[in-house]
Amino acid sequence: MNQFVSKLRGADEKRVNGLAAMRRRWQSLHWAWRTATVLAFLAFIYALPDLNEAGVWPINVISTDYAAEGSAFDDVLVLTAIYVLVAVGLNVVIGLAGLLDLGYIGFFAVGAYSVAIFGSPTSDVATAYPWLMLIPIAIALAMVSGVILGLPTLRLRGDYLAIVTLGFGEIIRIVATNVSVTNGKAGIHEIPRPPGEWPDGTRIFGILDSRPMYWLCLTMVVICILGVKQLENSRVGRSWLAVREDEDAASLMGVPAFRFKIWAFAIGAAVGGLSGALYASKEGSMTADSFPLLMSILFVAMVVMGGQGNTAGVIVGAVTITYIPERLRFIADERFLVFGLALVLVMIFRPQGLIPSRRRAAEMADMKAEAKEVNVVV
Amino acid sequence: MNFNAFLDWFAQRSDYLGSHFMELTTGGLTLGAIYALIALGYTLVYGVLKLINFAHSEVFMVGAFASVMAWELFGLTGSTPAPSLGMLVVFLILGTAVAIAASGATALTLELVAYRPLRRKNAPRLVFLITAIGASLAISQAVGVLTGHNKWKVPNLVSPNVVINWDTGFMGTLRLTDLDIGIILAALLMLVVLDLFINRSRLGMGIRAVAQDPDTAALMGVNKNRVFMLTFLLGGVAAGLAAILYNLRIGNIQYDVGFLLGVKAFTAAVLGGIGNLRGALLGGFALGLVELWGAGFFGNQWLNVVAFVVLVIVLMFRPTGLLGESLGRSKA
Amino acid sequence: MSKALLDVNHVTLKFGGLTALNDVSFTVNEGEILALIGPNGAGKTTCFNVMTGLYQPTNGAVLFNGQRLTGRKPHQITKRGIARTFQSIRLFPEMTALENVLVGADARAKTSVVGALFRFPRHRATPADREFANPFGKFIAPVFGVSRHRREERESRELAMDLLEFVGLERVAGEVARNLSYGHQRRLEIARAMATRPQLLCLDEPAAGFNPAEKAELQELIRRIRDRGHTVLLIEHDMRLVMGVAERIVVLEFGQKIADGDPTSVREDPKVIAAYLGEPDDDDA
Repeated sequence: MNQFVSKLRGADEKRVNGLAAMRRRWQSLHWAWRTATVLAFLAFIYALPDLNEAGVWPINVISTDYAAEGSAFDDVLVLTAIYVLVAVGLNVVIGLAGLLDLGYIGFFAVGAYSVAIFGSPTSDVATAYPWLMLIPIAIALAMVSGVILGLPTLRLRGDYLAIVTLGFGEIIRIVATNVSVTNGKAGIHEIPRPPGEWPDGTRIFGILDSRPMYWLCLTMVVICILGVKQLENSRVGRSWLAVREDEDAASLMGVPAFRFKIWAFAIGAAVGGLSGALYASKEGSMTADSFPLLMSILFVAMVVMGGQGNTAGVIVGAVTITYIPERLRFIADERFLVFGLALVLVMIFRPQGLIPSRRRAAEMADMKAEAKEVNVVV
Repeated sequence: MNFNAFLDWFAQRSDYLGSHFMELTTGGLTLGAIYALIALGYTLVYGVLKLINFAHSEVFMVGAFASVMAWELFGLTGSTPAPSLGMLVVFLILGTAVAIAASGATALTLELVAYRPLRRKNAPRLVFLITAIGASLAISQAVGVLTGHNKWKVPNLVSPNVVINWDTGFMGTLRLTDLDIGIILAALLMLVVLDLFINRSRLGMGIRAVAQDPDTAALMGVNKNRVFMLTFLLGGVAAGLAAILYNLRIGNIQYDVGFLLGVKAFTAAVLGGIGNLRGALLGGFALGLVELWGAGFFGNQWLNVVAFVVLVIVLMFRPTGLLGESLGRSKA
Repeated sequence: MSKALLDVNHVTLKFGGLTALNDVSFTVNEGEILALIGPNGAGKTTCFNVMTGLYQPTNGAVLFNGQRLTGRKPHQITKRGIARTFQSIRLFPEMTALENVLVGADARAKTSVVGALFRFPRHRATPADREFANPFGKFIAPVFGVSRHRREERESRELAMDLLEFVGLERVAGEVARNLSYGHQRRLEIARAMATRPQLLCLDEPAAGFNPAEKAELQELIRRIRDRGHTVLLIEHDMRLVMGVAERIVVLEFGQKIADGDPTSVREDPKVIAAYLGEPDDDDA
């Protein structure tokens, strides 16, 4: 057994070293080359639905169209884009600011319900607002709930914060189930999609062609990633990092720790609300059961297994956790079991995640080395 | 809602609360006893390892299923009649032993498989928390798969006899069965036993030492790992007892009862003072009472919200809890 | 007569039954190097903590630039102009030396979260700005100008490099803080504290763990810090260091001030000698 584990470890070390080498090569490229590569990659991602249609390799292998009981690949792509957005938002909270939020589904639900309640003609709210107004409303409401959650709780220690956020997620679900405006288990239907028509009169964001919805979600992902990167490479990102490393020392060096923690929550909530809003538009209808608490833990798994703090890592995490159950149906049925186990395994063997950020990998290695030096009694 | 309507609602709810006060209180106490027993596990592990063992709720759940399985092995099912007194005692002892063994084993497994390797790598706190959550998810889902996501009915063992039945009129009927009294006494007994153990025995002293300062305790010859295992085991024992009582009281068990119960028990532990054994008991009863009174006043559908609200309020205004954190200090 | 920067005004601090500080009064004048000394348990660190706003006095007040330091959060005290280092080093271990100092420099930055996200150009680009800009910015800057974020980043970075040079760490600027040698870490802490542009720099046992050569270097550094325009307050156990660098010394014993004056008079004060002066520190024998 031990031999097997060491072989696994060896293989994993090689993989990590390979990743590190790739990262170095990447950094050494001229910025023009890097930009070109990124743009080419983006073009590829945008073209995925069309590539799927054309049956191009390797897309036809990856595609879920023909997997037993698989959903249409286009549908899977939209869902994946939405969950990648979730992961990017949650990464701000967990990865950048170091706050363990176990109730992120709450912000997702607030965004989704905002769109549903204010947009659906069947909801209690008299006017059905146009879709373009719904998105800012959803984001704003989610941000407000983020701040409301954060104000009393961000002074707490990490463990307590985790449990309280768990409670928040569950409270949102209970409120949704019991309050009349959200219509509980019966749910809200006829949620609007973005407006617009092709020249021949068909709706752009109609149900038949998922591509415009996919492109919309993908564009949101790109915008949010850019935004987060801007923050990361500024005094804000630096302050978050300092607070993560040593909050008291950061405070003494002039960092308004609480304010920036609230901001992290607010930004994470805003992105969560946006993804919830997109989800509601995509699905068209939803009930209080659409937002189980277990999803929060899955979201955390996306961020943490992929590599918290590292945008590429969390994207990989989100894609993996969304895509694999669609492709392998037996996993889909027991996805919580599978990913719960995976989470434990990754945490025990590679806590910095599968694609760690350079900083995080160094942190973990240092802490491990320190443990070896100091261990008087194992 | 205008002011008059609000007053009406308020009066109506207060009336309901008042006229059912006794029922709600006894219900709260028995529920609270179960919370208290589970809370003991959370508070012990936190006091010694400074870790919230999210998976403790699954430790409880496994014990509950194990005892039901043991009873079914002996032919008892949901539909067979209750056994005679002699056999009843035998079955109770059997069930309790199995529950405690299963819970203890689960707790130990968690420590050995998940937490100890992480300690060896000196992993940061966040990783411990996430591992605990993942383990909680994995265990509950695994049991779900094994039980077909079904609710299992607990065999009829006790037909509770009403011991006190006193209609106080305006405050409702005070109705206590022998089972209710047994549950409350069991919780108190468990506390006393643990309290004595922690404060009077050598092993207990080791636990207190490690809770205060693990490295110095190690230097003084205390085997930290053994202490950690003992801590998890003790928590598991308390959880196993809670499992039996839960089975007898509620009558059915399902793979996902752990989550909600766990959060509430943890809230109870925090309310009483995390790391404080007596606090766990106090917090358990207090939470049970507040929950039932709250449900009586606001309506049953808001029962689960009460615990979360209590948690936030306690953590905001008195994070050390009612009795303060203290496993490390001389009193438990 | 230089003006009083920090005024400790009949400060008493009680922790429950224990009186840690008993009616302590003295001033720290602008531009001087003041040392706070006393035997172990005299209350030096407690006094330090009261003076830097970490503790609130039970009686009396601490006035900084004439204003009370009451109930303010740590980051607000830093913004007022008081910076401190610690007895045990509290650097950000996984950040580089430069990043550590940059965090200090951020204390004066006015860029908000919104400003960092939406970087609207609003300042005219100077040649330095243009040099600092990334490839994209090099096109934008001459035409539209630079954002406040960009301007402050450049200024912070220049200040940080300047301070690293000042303490002699420019060569290890890119090194992760936990990998630096002990001496380097102590100097980095000082550089980081200075980056917050304080009027008063408080050093808590800055020479702990130093050998005599390093202590001499530290004396020189403290003088240079004062010459740069900061006022320095330090707690130290090493008498030789204190005598060598302090211009005024305040002596505490059992929470009370027993002497306050220039080094020579303090050294000869019988009360101080009675308290503990006379033995050189063990570690520089």
